[in-house]
Amino acid sequence: MSAPDAILLEAVDAACHFDVSAPLITRIVERRPRRILKAVDGVSFQVRRGRTFSVVGESGCGKSTLARLVVGLERPTSGSIRLHDVPDAEGRPRRPRLQMIFQDPYASLNPRWRVEDIVAEPLVELGLVTGAAAISARVRALLGLVGLAASDAAKFPHEFSGGQRQRISIARALATEADLLVCDEPTSALDVSVQAQVLNLMRQLQAELGLTYLFISHNLSVVRHLSDDIAVMYLGRFVESGPADAVFTTPRHPYSRLLIETVPDVEAPNRDRAPMAGEVPNPIDRPAGCAFASRCPQVEPACRLAPPPLVAVDADTRVACRLVPARADAAGPVAAMVP
Amino acid sequence: MAADATTPPARPHALRRFLDSDLGWSFRRSPTAVLGALLLAILVISAFAAPLFAPQDPYDLSQLFVDKAELPPVWVQGGEWPFILGTDPQGRDMLSAILYGTRVSLAIGLASVAAAMAIGVSIGLVAGFFGGRTDMLLMRFADTVLSIPTLLVAILVSAIFRGLLPAGIRDNFSAVILIGAIALTGWVQYARTVRASTMVERRREYVLAARIIGVSAARIMRRHILPNTLTPVLVAATLNLGLAILSEATLSFLGVGMPVTRPSLGTLIRIGNQYLFSGSWWVVVFPALQLGLIVLAVNLIGDWLRDALNPKLR
Repeated sequence: MSAPDAILLEAVDAACHFDVSAPLITRIVERRPRRILKAVDGVSFQVRRGRTFSVVGESGCGKSTLARLVVGLERPTSGSIRLHDVPDAEGRPRRPRLQMIFQDPYASLNPRWRVEDIVAEPLVELGLVTGAAAISARVRALLGLVGLAASDAAKFPHEFSGGQRQRISIARALATEADLLVCDEPTSALDVSVQAQVLNLMRQLQAELGLTYLFISHNLSVVRHLSDDIAVMYLGRFVESGPADAVFTTPRHPYSRLLIETVPDVEAPNRDRAPMAGEVPNPIDRPAGCAFASRCPQVEPACRLAPPPLVAVDADTRVACRLVPARADAAGPVAAMVP
Repeated sequence: MAADATTPPARPHALRRFLDSDLGWSFRRSPTAVLGALLLAILVISAFAAPLFAPQDPYDLSQLFVDKAELPPVWVQGGEWPFILGTDPQGRDMLSAILYGTRVSLAIGLASVAAAMAIGVSIGLVAGFFGGRTDMLLMRFADTVLSIPTLLVAILVSAIFRGLLPAGIRDNFSAVILIGAIALTGWVQYARTVRASTMVERRREYVLAARIIGVSAARIMRRHILPNTLTPVLVAATLNLGLAILSEATLSFLGVGMPVTRPSLGTLIRIGNQYLFSGSWWVVVFPALQLGLIVLAVNLIGDWLRDALNPKLR
């Protein structure tokens, strides 16, 4: 149970659909069908404790909805998202705590609260620390941990830069003593130099505190340096998942290949890049076959008939593509493999 | 929590802090706002300090003299000191009656705005935060209230409560009835304002962060959302204070408000109205002037506040 790579978060065929139909009367009068937006459409993965699991994909692919599902802001329409108990200080199992680090450092802190109150809120709400002096001391310690001064506690969020605000966000998340931090594009609103600072801080905190990250991003270079495992998401489904190194060095799905090819590389300038053509299909009206068929350079007529299942192609990597040969001994869909 | 350790050692006085703030800066630069504030300060202080210097206690019948009835103001022939603004047909000193009446009008105006704000803000918060069916139910109810003429509701409420209470104690509760009647018709605007900003705020990420921790809906509404929706409410409340004082005067003028024994400005105007054609113009003109001044002062401040707090106009 307390093994370092015990599973903390497990999603089994999780889906989140939104009803975006017109109001009932309009629908009856104009004879329009219900419209269901399948933001997340059957996703399975496991996050092991102390590791970083990253989900990459372009905007609108459902990765933020996945993050909201994990923290419980949305309920899965079908499938399940389970958190496995973690041992507490005395070794008894308890429910793991979660917190989220958001994309917009300007909206994620209440503008009318002082930093000390923002960071203290989880301490007070969860009853982790009692007594004004103890809370104040803990807040200062947390601010120190994320590289802010103790005197910053009395300031308001508008007195800080974007990177500093993201540090406050991280301090608030750490205050929950969270086991799992769900980071929804935590650096995409920041300057590149500040991005590196925040990412380094996150890695350092993971090493010190044994945090587990579920990292959502569209930025592959950010993901590469932080992740143990990675999943590439396209239109609500995973098209490839596996260890980060394997996915980056030998991407198998045509979409992963295209994504990784678009990453700028100082050592190989003036590469011949295959430009990504076509549009992402409408998640309300999914195509019958492979969702990527409309943009895939290697598309075959058979691709448009049925969606390819996510199947294991070697020990750790799974790919959802007809053209990638499945591992001989485990050709079944992934749902069958999850215990 | 450990405020002494976190706040700078010598915090300047609240008034000093206000004048140094952005809002204070815009206040000092706005002559109308300063004029309104000065006017309101004079009116409020004179009204609430009235027992200290008013020539007469208009509530004390033993101080009224029938032989001094309907005296004109001192500068008109026949006027008599100390009845500067003259007396009414009961021998009541107009200046004292106006000062005491202002006190009643201001108190009822403030209390009814506070009550309307409390009702409206609560309903708006709940409707905006929970959305869906709760929101629909509450806002349709608000629409219904809004579709009935304000004065009609106020008269109805006043009449019903006055009918329910025995005649002996009825007058003691007339202020409370007035406050209730004005508040019950005035809350809709606050509810709509707060609902609109709540619907924006509840999607903000700091609210999501609190929800993920497991902060209860009531605490999120009170501690996170409410302070961030209060700015437009304060503007509306200031502007509505003038309206509430006018509503009170209207109801009293129509005879469903304050009794003659504890007159508000509206009651004084009603009494004076009956003597307008007999030549005793001062009985109605001075209370009406005072009412106009109060509403003017409040609206000057309200207009300034609306512009000062509007980020698009800065």
